[in-house]
Amino acid sequence: MSEKPPRIADIMRVSSHREVYEPCDDSFALVDALLADQTNLINHNPNLCMEIGCGSGYVITSLILLLKPKLPNVHYLATDTNPIAARVTNQTLEAHGVKAEIVCTDIASCLEERPAGLVDVMVVSPPYVPTPEYEVGMEGIASAWAGGENGRSVIDRMLPVVDRLLSEKGWFYLVTLSSNYPAEICLMMRKRGFAWRILVQRSTEEENLVILKFWRDGDEVSLEKETSTASLVSEFSRSLSSFMEKQWR
Amino acid sequence: MRLIMHNMLTCNIKGVINKSPLRIEAEKVIKKEVDFNPDFLRHMLAKIEWKALVDGARSMGYTELPVHAPGIESDEPFLRKFHHALLELNLEEGSLVCQESGRKFPVNKGVPNMLLHEKEV
Repeated sequence: MSEKPPRIADIMRVSSHREVYEPCDDSFALVDALLADQTNLINHNPNLCMEIGCGSGYVITSLILLLKPKLPNVHYLATDTNPIAARVTNQTLEAHGVKAEIVCTDIASCLEERPAGLVDVMVVSPPYVPTPEYEVGMEGIASAWAGGENGRSVIDRMLPVVDRLLSEKGWFYLVTLSSNYPAEICLMMRKRGFAWRILVQRSTEEENLVILKFWRDGDEVSLEKETSTASLVSEFSRSLSSFMEKQWR
Repeated sequence: MRLIMHNMLTCNIKGVINKSPLRIEAEKVIKKEVDFNPDFLRHMLAKIEWKALVDGARSMGYTELPVHAPGIESDEPFLRKFHHALLELNLEEGSLVCQESGRKFPVNKGVPNMLLHEKEV
């Protein structure tokens, strides 16, 4: 009896190391968001997909497995600041019989010029935990979660890089906590010409996760670039409430 | 690291102008077969810095690539060489060297480490 190919990464085949972040609620929520958007992603026909902060490789491997059956020609890049994570990601990819190009670097430094404007799908589960500023970017596993004030230190540095790398049709999936003030993130992205929507909202014992999707939407958004913080915050609250309501029905 | 990745990398040290390509110093190269996909290759051809690919392949021991990429018609023998150079040569151990600053970025177990020291940022 032939083995059915896994739809997403098989947790039993994900490699691990004590200094590398293991797949957790945020990784599962992000992959759930990608799964829910699978048909759209396939119709979108991306050429180049990228993950910033690949950790164990669970998310990038899942993305590849989601797209591969219908889109075998897609090219994948992934980065991580932790050299051990980069190695673990390679092991996870290999264990699933798939391939991506991995680089150890800070966000996408060294990959911001040649691929500029070429990334069609960007997925990021950033270090989002609010911590003291000095914990941000420390060597080892802490760099996977330490996010500084409001957990936004790394996220805020990432947004201009993502804007630069995304193609005209590019989609950006981002994991945030409610403590990251995601409405503010949406406002910052709107000012860069991106529309947004909530894909997944998940409350665990410890965290309130909000998975966001962004895309360039010049026409609709240019009229609203003057959106005030207050109006976007209230728009976000309404969107989040209505999203949560739908989940309970 | 495969040449498809090397072709996209630039040196990210502050002040460096000649950022790419990075020169390859190969210590260990492994060949891993990959499915041949002419559509993908034709699509990639337009995006590749050809000289960087030829020089990179040479550094990894593969000298079969023509000095210039063919024009519109790329036949199968050419695509096979392009495929091999771009996707099947894996630099497991070695360095990537910035041509301007001389800075060496190590490649270990196939992963280039492009992390900068504080002063280089």
